[in-house]
Amino acid sequence: MRNYEVTFIVDPTLSNDEIKSTAKKYTDMIAEAGKIVFNNEIGLRQLAYPINNRNTGIYSCVEFEVEKGAFIDELELAMRRDERLLRFLAVKLDKYGVQYNEDKRAGKIGTIVRKKKVVEEDKSRDNRRRGNNRKKKPSQNRSNEAAKS
Amino acid sequence: MASRDDIKFLSNPKIGSKRNKYCRFRKFGIKHIDYKDTAFLEQFVNEQGKILPRRITGNSLKYQRRVATAIKRARHLALLPYVTDLLK
Repeated sequence: MRNYEVTFIVDPTLSNDEIKSTAKKYTDMIAEAGKIVFNNEIGLRQLAYPINNRNTGIYSCVEFEVEKGAFIDELELAMRRDERLLRFLAVKLDKYGVQYNEDKRAGKIGTIVRKKKVVEEDKSRDNRRRGNNRKKKPSQNRSNEAAKS
Repeated sequence: MASRDDIKFLSNPKIGSKRNKYCRFRKFGIKHIDYKDTAFLEQFVNEQGKILPRRITGNSLKYQRRVATAIKRARHLALLPYVTDLLK
């Protein structure tokens, strides 16, 4: 048994039913060959750069287990022939990847915490800069001396 | 009279000192890098979307390689741009 993960982007200009049917086609295909661990429908997202003149895409990510590795070739071939998909990516997951996805589903991994950390780092940098400026300013030193004397 | 605490250095003594870099994956025990987590990957990318070198991020070789592949996968899926200005 090996764990894989397939992410694909469906064309957003299709009708709602078509979008659902394309996503379902691949989930059914996977469910037939192996076992779906988790189906993550991320939904509409802005693309970082236009693909086929589209600026948005509907992302979905399926994590699954399959016995035969040859299935990935079949899946990729089917996806490559499909014009309704903008992009796809099939990746093999190692044991850490499986663990990571489990933890993420359990809510143990938060992206917000990381973002906060970054902000804090930036702030500390700014403070340091301000501190340097203060030391360089002669006026403040003078006022301190005046207060002491 | 000025006490010992009032003595000011002419230059900031912290400026010349080296800050120790470390591999955050080794330090915090991160074993897997997700290509879908763009907020995390953006830390290893400059404003133009280029991958930062090891000498700046401080990653160990093993995890720098993994960061690089994760960023490349994210680019393929249009989660991160190949080229831009003002990413951050």
